[in-house]
Amino acid sequence: MRRSLFGRVWPGATAVVLFLAFVFPVYWMFATAFKANKDIVGDTPVWFPTSPTTEHFRRAVEADGFWTFVTNSLVTTLVAVLLSLVIALLASFAIARMRFRGRRGFILVMMMAQMAPWEVMVIAYYMMVRDADMLNSLPPLIAIYTLCVLPFTVLTLRGYVAAVPRELEESAMVDGCTRPQAFRKVIFPLLAPGLMATSLFGFITTWNEFPYVLILSKDPAAQTLPLWLTGFRTTFGDDWGATMAASSLFAVPILILFVILQRRAVGGLTSGAVKG
Amino acid sequence: MSAQTEEVTAGAAPPAGRGGAPPVRRRDGRRAGSAVPYLLILPAAVFTVLLLGWIMVENGLLSLQNLNRRQLIRRATEWTGLGNYTDTLGNSDFWRVTLRSIVFTAANVVLIMVIGCLIGLLLARLGKKLRLLLSLGLVLAWAMPVVATTTVFQWLFAQRFGVVNYVLDRLGWHAMADYNWTGGQFSTFFVITVLIVWQSVPFVAVNLYAATTTIPQELYEAAALDGAGVWKRFTSVTFPFLRPFFLATTFLEVIWIFKSFTQVFVINEGGPDRLTETLPVYAFVEGMNNQHFGMGSAISILTILILVTMTAYYLRLVLKQEEDEL
Repeated sequence: MRRSLFGRVWPGATAVVLFLAFVFPVYWMFATAFKANKDIVGDTPVWFPTSPTTEHFRRAVEADGFWTFVTNSLVTTLVAVLLSLVIALLASFAIARMRFRGRRGFILVMMMAQMAPWEVMVIAYYMMVRDADMLNSLPPLIAIYTLCVLPFTVLTLRGYVAAVPRELEESAMVDGCTRPQAFRKVIFPLLAPGLMATSLFGFITTWNEFPYVLILSKDPAAQTLPLWLTGFRTTFGDDWGATMAASSLFAVPILILFVILQRRAVGGLTSGAVKG
Repeated sequence: MSAQTEEVTAGAAPPAGRGGAPPVRRRDGRRAGSAVPYLLILPAAVFTVLLLGWIMVENGLLSLQNLNRRQLIRRATEWTGLGNYTDTLGNSDFWRVTLRSIVFTAANVVLIMVIGCLIGLLLARLGKKLRLLLSLGLVLAWAMPVVATTTVFQWLFAQRFGVVNYVLDRLGWHAMADYNWTGGQFSTFFVITVLIVWQSVPFVAVNLYAATTTIPQELYEAAALDGAGVWKRFTSVTFPFLRPFFLATTFLEVIWIFKSFTQVFVINEGGPDRLTETLPVYAFVEGMNNQHFGMGSAISILTILILVTMTAYYLRLVLKQEEDEL
């Protein structure tokens, strides 16, 4: 009797403990960001912000060049993600729907490129960009981000394209559509969720990218938010309130996107990564 | 964006009509010899092969040069042949860092896989409400951008006013009240590991749970009839059924952890005394910070070779699977 009660209770109890463990750092980030300074630096932590303040957010936003970093991050991320989506959509349609010589080679190249350790190749890229006299500008960042995101996008979209029944496309063509029309009117609408989910991961990768922007952009005018965020502590001393406000500002767009798109994205990721 | 896609696709269409004879027109895309598929993959292929290929070649060329601050400023090219490689391979630091990276990767991957799988299996046992609750926590941790998480963990483990030290002190471990986590090699690695495990476990757990839902329930019923316990059911039903999943996830984690740069670098820049440098950070510090660009490139090539060796089994499997399928 006691044992079965225990057997019924422990999974739930463990789940609650785990939930707290996973949520706490996120909670603590937001809580610190809203707490008054005297509550942040005290001998006993204040677990809930009792007198919330937006002071830290003001400090973070008013930091030098904040809006430049935001703009740079948005521009690099959006351009890289859209560029890779367009390029990848074409390629994924070809490899999902057509048989042609070289198809296998192309897929293998994409798979190898997807696993390439970008973080390790910063020095070579730095030299290339330096030789081209393009340090401290956005285009080299956009190029490398597109390259990082592209293979994953191609391989994932391929799964989404393959999941659209061929019959739909064929019946549209029987009804008089040309192939491009069939693509536009039948396949593309069905692909939209897949496109959004795929772009989410491209967005996260690019939004977070750190090593390349670290070495390519010494000039604040061409830096992105990750550099701003990691440099925040050095700039502001141990102002944890402002640092956590900055982290919150950085994290919120991703958190929102992720929670909205997560369900589809997860399915897509597994079907792309782990084929049965 | 959609307009652009359509335009390009439409532009690519006419050659197909020309290439295929009328009777096979509807199937022309599937026939080899049509230009359409090549036009479609052209941008992706050219972009990837050119840029990635260029980076790889550049990396290889740099690794054969004596390229330090002086040569960089004068824009001089001094070839040294395999000098950088023999220097690196003869340097005990390199081997220490290599061993450290492998141990670090192994420890993290084991922790992530074990904890992730346990949580995944727990998700499968939970009732609907609790499962939703735990999934919510996992998704939040998963969604947190790496750079933000790294900053948050610095705050959690801060020497003064950090909540971790406070809790340890309150639990009776008073020596931890003002503990400097980034002051030692092991403690720095501890923080990095907690950080990486925290942000990597959700991927494994959520995907494992999703995969378990595809296991036919009859298999468990049959196992239960045979009197199999929890462990036996895992080893005889769950594990064999999800073998491809375990294999793929483990190797992906190996790749991700081995090459992780941001977390290791941001927490303590490889310190104290360069004692927490893993190979990517080591290559970066040697190449960029110490301005031994040729040496850094050689280290980066060796790093890639080590990674390829470690994941060779999986890579071969993936390639073979692709070939079977095509």
